[in-house]
Parts: sequence; structure tokens; C-alpha cells
Amino acid sequence: MTVRYTEDHEWITVDGDIATVGITAHAAEQLGDVVFVELPDVGKTVSKGDEFAVVESVKAASEVYAPVDGEVVEVNGDLEAEPAKVNEDAAGAGWFVKFKLSDTSQLDGLMDEAAYNAHIA
Amino acid sequence: MGMNTQGRPTRMAENIATGGYADTTSGSRGLEQAEPLIYERGSTEQTGVDLPEPKGTALRLGGLERKSVLGLPGLSEPETMRHYVRLSRKNYAIDLGLYPLGSCTMKHNPRLNEKVARMPGFADVHPLQPASTVQGAYEVIDLLAHWLKTLTGMPAVAMSPKAGAHGEFCGMMAIRAKLDADGQSHRRRVLVPESAHGTNPATAVQCGFVCDEIPADATGRVDMEAFKAKLGDDVAGIMLTNPNTCGLFERDIREIADLIHEAGGYFYCDGANFNAIVGRVRPGDLGVDAMHINLHKTFSTPHGGGGPGAGPTVLSEALAPFAPVPYTVHRNGVFEMVEHEGQSDGQPFGRMAAFHGQMGMFTRALTYMLSHGSDGLKQVADDAVLNANYIQARLKHVMTPAFEGTCMHEALFDDRFLKDTGVTTLDFAKAMIDEGYHPMTMYFPLVVHGAMLIEPTETESKSGLDRFIDTLEALAEAAKAGETARFQAAPVHAPTKRLDETRAARQPVLRWTPTESNEMEAAE
Amino acid sequence: MRYLPHTDTDRKAMLDAIGVASMDALFTDVPEAARLDGLIDLPKKQGELQVERAMAALSAKNISASSAPFFVGAGAYKHHIPSTVDHLIQRSEFLTAYTPYQPEISQGTLQTLFEFQTQVAQLTGMDVANASMYDGSTACAEAVMMAARVTRRMKGVLAGNVHPHYVEATKTLAKYSDVSIEVTEPGPGGLDALIAAIDEETACVVVQTPDVFGQLHDLRAISEAAHAKGALVIAAFTEVVSLGLVEAPGAMGADIAVGEGQSIGVGLNFGGPYVGLFACKDDRRFIRQMPGRLAGETVDADGRRGYVLTLSTREQHIRRDKATSNICTNAGLCSLAFTIHMTLLGEMGLTQLARINHETACDLADALGAIEGVDVINGAFFNEFAVRLPRPAAEVVDQLAKVGVLGGVPASRLFPGQFEDVLLVAATETNTLDDIAIFAKALAGVL
Repeated sequence: MTVRYTEDHEWITVDGDIATVGITAHAAEQLGDVVFVELPDVGKTVSKGDEFAVVESVKAASEVYAPVDGEVVEVNGDLEAEPAKVNEDAAGAGWFVKFKLSDTSQLDGLMDEAAYNAHIA
Repeated sequence: MGMNTQGRPTRMAENIATGGYADTTSGSRGLEQAEPLIYERGSTEQTGVDLPEPKGTALRLGGLERKSVLGLPGLSEPETMRHYVRLSRKNYAIDLGLYPLGSCTMKHNPRLNEKVARMPGFADVHPLQPASTVQGAYEVIDLLAHWLKTLTGMPAVAMSPKAGAHGEFCGMMAIRAKLDADGQSHRRRVLVPESAHGTNPATAVQCGFVCDEIPADATGRVDMEAFKAKLGDDVAGIMLTNPNTCGLFERDIREIADLIHEAGGYFYCDGANFNAIVGRVRPGDLGVDAMHINLHKTFSTPHGGGGPGAGPTVLSEALAPFAPVPYTVHRNGVFEMVEHEGQSDGQPFGRMAAFHGQMGMFTRALTYMLSHGSDGLKQVADDAVLNANYIQARLKHVMTPAFEGTCMHEALFDDRFLKDTGVTTLDFAKAMIDEGYHPMTMYFPLVVHGAMLIEPTETESKSGLDRFIDTLEALAEAAKAGETARFQAAPVHAPTKRLDETRAARQPVLRWTPTESNEMEAAE
Repeated sequence: MRYLPHTDTDRKAMLDAIGVASMDALFTDVPEAARLDGLIDLPKKQGELQVERAMAALSAKNISASSAPFFVGAGAYKHHIPSTVDHLIQRSEFLTAYTPYQPEISQGTLQTLFEFQTQVAQLTGMDVANASMYDGSTACAEAVMMAARVTRRMKGVLAGNVHPHYVEATKTLAKYSDVSIEVTEPGPGGLDALIAAIDEETACVVVQTPDVFGQLHDLRAISEAAHAKGALVIAAFTEVVSLGLVEAPGAMGADIAVGEGQSIGVGLNFGGPYVGLFACKDDRRFIRQMPGRLAGETVDADGRRGYVLTLSTREQHIRRDKATSNICTNAGLCSLAFTIHMTLLGEMGLTQLARINHETACDLADALGAIEGVDVINGAFFNEFAVRLPRPAAEVVDQLAKVGVLGGVPASRLFPGQFEDVLLVAATETNTLDDIAIFAKALAGVL
């Protein structure tokens, strides 16, 4: 599936009913060098719009919001030792969390790449 | 995610030419001496004190004698002196030059204050000595309290908070205690302007409140329509700084106070900017219920590299009964200290810290107040406001003031004048270091992009201001003329170049740790 | 006025440059009703001579610790501070420097903080320490809140022998949070009640050693008990010199050590400013939840070693309503005084100083214990202990003051209505055998 984006600069890709979520390169650039990512516990359920993670750079801290309802099934353990991955590869190795989706129709309201690029222009 | 505007480079960008570092053999350069850590200099068997030999009597420690390693290095007195004198020379200081730091009020620290603080009757007395032996100390606290209440037009003051943020906590705790006592515990929402200092929301949360942000209007002041819309019967109060963090007097402050009171809430005022109005305006006349006063700002107690501060907090009639213990009272011709709730006629919300408050800062601040008097203090506010406006007026043709009109004791600029130059507020600030100035407050308040908040204070002379203005003018023009390399490499004249804050956060090294290669030498 | 450089000519020129006619024109935003008619009713300005006289007169109304046999402790202690310390902290570059937010021109402050942090960690037997807190009592309060965040549990249990000011400061900080504070029964005694109070809801226990009665405690049993239930151990101390002779909290299982550093480098100052010490284990969970400033090592753009404030996202200026604490300042100059004094002492000096303190206290205990009706309560102590008197201690202390002896603190001053016959006395290297003899004689005289 293609990547979708939220207005709040999260990206989401889906494989079956598992969604992977991270923050966009644009957001990571605005944040500066990422120092720490506070990730949720596996098993936690979130609703769309809930804060599920906090990403910290040296000078800033930002909440990250769930783009969809779901249950956390995996978190990116690499980020503990290598938070720089978020800056280096926000869309790939810098992923944050995998959710098990409860309602795939929620994806329909999200932006595609063109719309997101227009949004941040 | 919540997009922030605070992220900025925290290490030198790649490929910036800093001019390198031409090392000398010794590592020292002229008057600047290289100085390693005490751990790299001293050893566990050196000492700079001469103590009598212990007698060797049997220990009565219940078997708890220390077995674990200490590893503390010692140095002789001459080496100690050199170590710290050398390090001191790597610091900027008020005595060296201007700190144009908005909201910090970096005024001259009078040396009479230091002399008085060291008088034995102040420096060498214990807080728990019998009251009869410390009447002069209680009287100092009482006299300072009198000056603070009179200058602010408030009936009561809590003297024990140990810093400004601690004073904020005191004021908000008093508000919370008052609301609970009146059966108004449902009031949990505190209104805080977006431009507020970070201590304000942090403090409100510590008192069990939630914060609701009020935006600023186009003039940089509280947006009155937005404010009114947020009133309700769950409002506990508002935390305002006045003059605000944009350096502007909140014109509608009386209306704000009245509306908050009508809505059933209380008005906390952050007194960080009191220097703009001391002797001229009394916060009590503006409807304030609680206000902390930073003695290390308006009242000249030294910043000491980061502390100590003191934050006595004035309180209105409504909040006075909830003031924390301890506090002084004058009964039957003597001063006493009320130290426990049971001894109080009021309903103190508790004790904030051990003992009675920052006596060392009280003596300094009182000395400062006695020196200035009411006439001198009014002149302080006048000259502080004059100096900031002079800077703004002389620089507005080349830098961009954030708001129209005159300011109070600090002038706020934003980074519009640097647009398309490739020079950021951060780069501009670092270039100021090369020019021999400590940078102004940068990226605060958050309501303006690339904020530069300049507060010269009243102790800056006109010639000092002129030299500063000329320097900033030249820097602004250099940035616009495209001299980006100079800004991006700055500072190059300071004891260090830009430091890698990213590395410091990603790989924290918070202490020296002994390793095989760096074990301190044991003496022969 | 001597601190205000402008002449009237300067002011006029500046008003012209701004384009206003008078100073009043710069204050037009002030509501009419709040504009004052004339000066506030307070004395007018005075020269140095007058001010110094006035303050000296107030100072003279106090009896200083050096002017009488002095045995007052209970949270603040009289020690000798080498002359070098006060001289160095008065250097312009230390006294009048700001917080080191611009590290390139603050390496003096930052390196001394790094050295301070290392010394505090070593003293307490912990892995890391912060750049100081306001004082020991607020450090204790902040440690309890940190333990709650780390364990995600909501109960702190304090031993009744923790200094009541520390207990009160903790209760105040926790008052409107979700954290509840329990305190076991105070009294000269052991930690069994504290051990019994630990359950699965407990975030932490707080135990002071030497405690407010001067009694020393082995923390190993309480640490085992607490850790078995997933609770943290916070060890508090009011006399940092004790760590030169007594086992470190970190070696006895404590997770966080908090206390007062005033004994080193910082005079009595009638209660403040002091220097709070805060140290903990190097656990990733802990470090991110530590309050207060931290100085860290790094390199500059040329690869040379330097220091910066770090892990700032814990703090209020970034995290705002989600900060670990609202703290903005540290003890600054007091932490510098501490680190300078500790450097002069070094390990050898500190251990020797600690031993002298203990020996002096033993001499005092022997002298007071020999008085009819006076019993030393403590089995083990460092430089402070409690004695039981045959009369209320508060009266005794007042009478001793009248004969020129500052003879300790009545326990009832800290515990209103309790322990009325208990007197807390401290002895340091500043007490001579003569002082002790005078005290003993005076005490026997008033009993």
C-alpha cells in the first residue's frame, strides 16, 4: 500500500491489518537531532488522535499522535541505541510503532504524498 | 505530531570552516591557560588543608565505617587557586561586559551587598538558635518583607521560597489552598499566555491544575476576546507576566484582573519583569493576588553562574491566610518565628523547604533597597525602560522589532531581518560572542519566530549602549551583505568553538570515571 | 545614584533619539488608576556608609556561632571554611556570571559543575549526580516524585526519623499530586516500622542516616525489603561530612541519595542559601527522570573537549507542563563553594576531618553523659546525637543561651509537643575541649 500522511506529520503504511507509523522527514528536520524516542508498551490500545509517543531532540520535545485506532504489537527497539535513525531515515529504519488496526476505513481520510507535500509547502 | 518551532542545530553543521585550532606546545595561549579536571591534576593523597591528627579513639559507628572507595582528588592551596582562577577566565560575567538577556535583568551586583552578607551576625548564625539570640536576623527578614509589601502594594509576603520558580509554586499553592478551602475544588483550569516562561505551566501542573493557553493579539498582548471566551466556572485563575515576556505592559491588566475575579478565579503575576515598574507601579493596584519577586533580578543579588536565587511571594488579603510556614511575627516587642501549622492563626498550606529562607539573599537585597531608596528605585525602572527603548529606536532601521510602538525594559526583535541571508538567530547570537558580547535571550518567547529579547538594564551607560548598538548594526548589515561564513563558523574567538550538544545528549557523560588509563597518580 | 551611570544630559539625548518628550511618555500603557502620585513611602537613597551602619546594627543584635560555645546542628552545621573558598567565589567571573546557556563562554562554570557532579557521585557511592538543587529538603521532595514517575506507583513512605523539615517539604510538593505520603512513627529507634510499611503500591521509602536524632542506620536490610517489592530506596543525609567516615548510601543499596551539602564550603547563613545534593544509579529510566541541571562532556567543532548543559528536555524551559520539575536555578555559587572546599580537602583531608568530627562528638557524649540525669540516647552516631534530660529541653536551651552557650536544639522544636525532654547536640572540628567543658558545666548548672 502507498504511504499515507496526517496533517500532524505522521506517516503510515499498512500490510494486511498491521500498520507501521513514524514521523516524516520534514518533521524530523524541524525537530533537529533526535536524542530519544519514548515508545509505548506493547499491548497498549490507542484511539485515533491519542498521544502514543514522544520524540525528543536536544532542544525540543514533541508528542506523536496515533493516525488510527489500534493496538501496539511491536515497537522499534533500535531507536533506544540509535535515535539518529529518525533523522537519517525517518520513512524507513526510523519507524516508531506497529499497530494492529481495528478499522482500516480510517485510512481513507489521510493524505497521499502529493497532498502532504502541498500541506508542508 | 505536535510540530515545534524550537528545534535548531545543536552541533556545528558539516563543512563549516572554523579556521582550525593552532595548538601551542603547552596547550595554553597567552593569558588563557589550559586547565584539565581536578581528577587529572590531583590525587587522593594531596590536600590543601592542615588538620590536627585524629586521636585514634574507638569509633562508635555501629559497625558502619566506610569501606567503599571515595576516590576524591585533593590539591594544595596554590594549585587549587590556579585551577579555579584559570577556569574563571573562561567565563563571561557582568563585571566584564553587557549581558543583554531579556527577562534575566543582569544588572550590576553591588559589592556592598557582599560585605553586608558576610557580617558575622548574618553569615555565622544558625537558623535554629534560640530566638533571643537572633533578633537582628528576624528583623532583617521583617524589614525586607516590609519593603517588598510596600513596593508592591500587597498586604502579605511569604519569604521562604528559595528561587523564582519556588515562589511561583508558593503563589499557586496558596491559590489552590484557597479554592479548596472555599469549596471550589472543581476549579482546575489555569489560563496561561502562549508567551509565558516554561516555569509557569510546569508550576501549575505541580499544583494539580491543567493549563489552557491564551494566544497573543497582533500587539503582542493577551488577546482579550480569546481570554474572555475561556472564562468559565472551572477557571482557577490566570498566570500573567507583566510587563509580559515580549517586553510590553499588558494595557488591559485591570480588566483581566476584574474578569478573573468575577469568574471566581485568582490572578498570579510572574514578577520576573518587575524591574520595569518598580517604584512606579504597584502590582497590588493592578489586582494581583500573588506575585513572586526574583531577588536575583530586580534586587541585584548575584547570579553566581546559575544560583542561588530567592523568590519571596507577595500575597493578597484573600490568599494571605494560606501563606506557608515559617514566617516572622512581632509580638510583645520581640520577633518570633511561626514554624508549625499549629502555631499559626491562618491555614498555611505547608512548609516549602527547611529553615527560614534565603537569608544570604535577603541581606544583599535589603542592602540594595536601602542604598537606592524609593527615589533610586523609581530611577532604576525609568532608566531600565529608557535603555531598552533607546536600543529599539536606534536598531529598528536595520533589525525587525516584533511589535509596533515603544517597549518597557526589554526590546523584542524577530528574525525577519535575517530572511534569505542564510544566517539564523543562533548564528547571529554566536557572532555576538566573537564581538565580546554575551548573546541576548534567543528563541524566547515562543510566540515570535527566531526571537531575540534584549534587556540592557539600568546599570548600562549610554556609551556602553552606543557601542553595543553600533556592533549589532554592523552585524545585521554584514548578515544582509551575505557574509554567512563568518556567522556560521562563530564563535571563533571564544575559549571553545561551537559545542556538540547532540553528542552530549545522545551519549551522556555526566562525570569523570576512573579507567585503567586515567587512574589518578598516588603520591610516592 | 552610584549604580546608575546616566547623567541628565544622557537621558535627554536618549529620549530625543526615541522621539518622546519625557519618561512618563514611556509608561502610557499603565492604567491611570495605577499611576502613582510621587514616590512610594519608603526611605530615600543612602550612601554606603549609612547603609553599612544600619545593617551592622542589625547584625550586632545576633549572637554569632563563633562568639560562643556552639553545639547547634539539626540540619545545618558549623565547620571551618578555608579562606581560599570565599576568595575564589568572589571572583567576578564566578560571582557575576549567568547560567551557562552559552557554553562557549561559560566553560569555567560548566567544568566546575562537571567536577562537582563527580564529587557528589563519589561521596554518595552513586553513579551520577546533578548540578545541585536548592537544598537537601527540596532534593528529598523531588526524589520522591521522581521515584513515583520511575516506578509508576503512587505512594512514598518516609521514616519518622527523617528531619521533619524534609518530611514537610516532601508533603508540600506532593500535596496536590497523585502521590500520597506516609510517615512512620518518629522516635529514636530502628527501621522495622518502615520495612513493615512497604507494599506493592510503594514507589519508594525514604530513610535518613545519620537521622535527625543523629542515629546511624544500616540500609542493607531496608534496601533488600524494598527492592523485593519493587520499591526504590531514597537515602537522605543532612551532614555530608559523615560520608568521609560512614558507609555510603550507594554501597548499602540505595537507589537515590539526597542531602544537604552546606557543611562543605557554605556557612550557616541563618538557613540559606544552601546546596542540595542529588545522586542516583546510572539507570536509563532514572537519568531521564532526574530533576535539575546536568553538565555533560562533549567536544567542540575542532574536536577539543568541552562541557555543556545537557538532557535539557527534562526541564521546564522545554517540556513546560510536562517537565520533571519546575526548577530553573541550581545552587550556583554554593555548589562552586562546595566543590572548591572539597578539592582543598581531597580524600585525605575529608577522611581526617570526618574522624576529628566523630572524635569531638565522642568527647562531647562522654562529657554530657557524665552529668547526673543526662543520658546519651544513641548507640551509634557521627557528629550529632540526642540526649535525654530531666527537664524540658526547650527551657534548658533558653537558659543556656542566657549564660552564653548555644547548646543544641530541643527536639520539640522540630516535633511540636513530642520528645520534650530530648536535646539534639552536634560537635564539629570547630569545638575545642574548652567549649565542651563550658557546655557541660553550664548544662549541669541549669539542670
